[in-house]
Amino acid sequence: MEQLLNYIGQNMEMIYFLILAILLGVEVISNVPAILHTPLMSGANAIHGVVVVGAIIVMLQASPDNYAALSIGFLAVVMGTLNVVGGFVVTDRMLEMFKKKPKKQ
Amino acid sequence: MISLNILEISYLIASLTFVVGLKMLSHPDTARKGNLIAAAGMLIAILATLVLYQSYDANKLFNYGLIFFGLLVGSIIGTIMAQKVKMTAMPQMVSFFNGMGGACAALIAIIEFQNHQHVTVTSAFDGALLVMLLGLVIGSVSFAGSMIAYGKLEGKIKDKVLPFNQAVNMILLFGMIALILIQFFGEINPMLFYVLLGVALIYGILFVMPIGGADMPVVISLLNSFTGIAAALGGFLYSNKAMLTGGILVGSAGTILTILMCKAMNRSLTNVLLGAFGAAGAAGGKSASGDQTVREISINDTAVLLSYSQKVVIVPGYGLAVAQAQHICHELEQLLEEKGVEVNYAIHPVAGRMPGHMNVLLAEADVPYERLQEMEEINPKLASTDVVVVIGANDVVNPAAKNDPSSPIFGMPILEVDQAKNVIILKRGMSAGYAGIENELFFYPKTRMLFGDAKDSLQKLATEVKEV
Repeated sequence: MEQLLNYIGQNMEMIYFLILAILLGVEVISNVPAILHTPLMSGANAIHGVVVVGAIIVMLQASPDNYAALSIGFLAVVMGTLNVVGGFVVTDRMLEMFKKKPKKQ
Repeated sequence: MISLNILEISYLIASLTFVVGLKMLSHPDTARKGNLIAAAGMLIAILATLVLYQSYDANKLFNYGLIFFGLLVGSIIGTIMAQKVKMTAMPQMVSFFNGMGGACAALIAIIEFQNHQHVTVTSAFDGALLVMLLGLVIGSVSFAGSMIAYGKLEGKIKDKVLPFNQAVNMILLFGMIALILIQFFGEINPMLFYVLLGVALIYGILFVMPIGGADMPVVISLLNSFTGIAAALGGFLYSNKAMLTGGILVGSAGTILTILMCKAMNRSLTNVLLGAFGAAGAAGGKSASGDQTVREISINDTAVLLSYSQKVVIVPGYGLAVAQAQHICHELEQLLEEKGVEVNYAIHPVAGRMPGHMNVLLAEADVPYERLQEMEEINPKLASTDVVVVIGANDVVNPAAKNDPSSPIFGMPILEVDQAKNVIILKRGMSAGYAGIENELFFYPKTRMLFGDAKDSLQKLATEVKEV
C-alpha cells in the first residue's frame, strides 16, 4: 500500500495531466453535429497515431545487433506511420467534400 | 540540455495542436483546417523526436536509417490506401488504420518488456510493468478487434456467434486480469507474457465477432478510444507528453462519441456489447409470413408521382452508398426542385455503416447542407410529406422498432416514414436489412416497391422525370 502511495506521489504531475486531459477530451467533443461524427472519429483516429513517437524512441534505443527488437520496432514504426498518414489523409478527403458550395440564387 | 528543452516545447506545441485540431474538427467550417493543424503538430512531434531525443543514460542512439525507411514505407502505403479507398469503404478504412495504431502500441509493449527483464526494480510497485501489461492487452484487443471489424465491413468475414460466446469472452476477460495480476505481484515470466498476448488477441476477435449490423459503428468508435488509451499508456512509459495528450484526448473523446452513438440508438453500451444483434436477429422479430405480398411500382408511375408532389423526402441508406448512386440522386433532386417540388433528405443517426456516413456521401455529390435534416428535425414533418423515397435503407425505417417488443431493434428511434402519404422503396430484392430483421413496412398498403439497383433505378427515374 505504501509503495502504491509512493508511486502515485512520484507521478503526481502525470496524474494531474491525465485527469485534465480526460476532461478536456470530453469538453472538446461535446456539441458535435451528427454530420461531423465520421470525420471526427477519423481525425481522432489519426491523432492517436502519435503512438509512432513511442515506436521511434524504442528504435533509437535498440542496439543495432538486437535483431528481434529491430524487426518488431521496424514493424511498429511502419504500422504507426500508417495510422498517422492514412488517418490524416482519409480525414482530409472526407472533409474536402464539406467545402462550402456557392449557394444557388 | 537545450535540445531537451526544445524537444519538450515541441511536444507542448504538438499537444496544443491536437486539442485545437480536435476542437476545430467539431465545427463544419473549421473542420478541414483543424485536421491539417493536428497533422502539422504530429509532424513536429515526429521530427523533434528524431532530431532531439536523448536517452536518459546518455547512451548512443541508433538505427536512424531503419527508422527513416519505416517512416517512408508507412507514409507511402498509408497515402496510397487513403487516396484509393472509395467513399463507401471509409468506415472499414478507419477501422484498419485504428488497428495499425493498436498493433504499434502492443509491439512497443513487447520490446519494452524484453528490456524490462534486465532491469532491477527497486520498488515492489513496478508501475512501468503494469503500464506495459495494460498497453499490451489494450493494444492487442484493439488490433484484433479492428481487423475483424474491417473484415466484416468488407464482407470478408460473416457474423458468427459461437456457442457460449459471451461466457467464453467473460472467461478470457478474467483470464487476462489474472495473468496481469500474477505477473505484477509475482515473478516476471516471459512465457506468461506471451500467453497474455495470445489471450488478448483471441479476446479481440471474439469480442467483435458476434456483434453485427447496426452496431458496427459503435464498436469501431470504442476500439478507436481503446487505441487512444494504449497510446497514452505508451506516453506514461516514456513520460512523453505528446503521446499522453494525443492518446488521452482520443480515449476520452472516443468514449463520449461512442456513448453519443449508443444514445442515438436508444441502447446502452452494455446492451450493444453483450446483446449481440446477430444472435437476436435470427430468433426475434416477426417472421415474414410468406402469404404477405408487396406491391411493385413502375419507373413511370414513380416519376409521375414524384413530379406532382409538393413535398418529397429522400431517406438514404447503405444501399445508396453501395450503388454509388449519390450523384444521380442529387440530379433527381435538382430535377424535382425545378418542377417546384420541395425535396429534403432525412438522415438517421446510424444510417449507413457509420454516423455521418450519409452526410459525407451526399456532400460528395454537392447536396447542400441545409437539405440534410436530422431525425428529430424531420420526423414531425413526415406526416405532411407526400412521398418518401427510401433508397437502400431498411432497419432505420422499420416500424418494428416502435411496435414490436420482440424485435431486436425495439426501442431504437426510427424515421417514421409510415406517417407519410406514400412510401416508395428502392431495393435490390426482398432480403432483410443488415440487422437481419424483416421489415413489415414493405407490406403496408401505402408502400410501393421499386426493385433494382439503386443507381440504375434513379437514372431511369431522372430520365422519366425530365419527360413528365
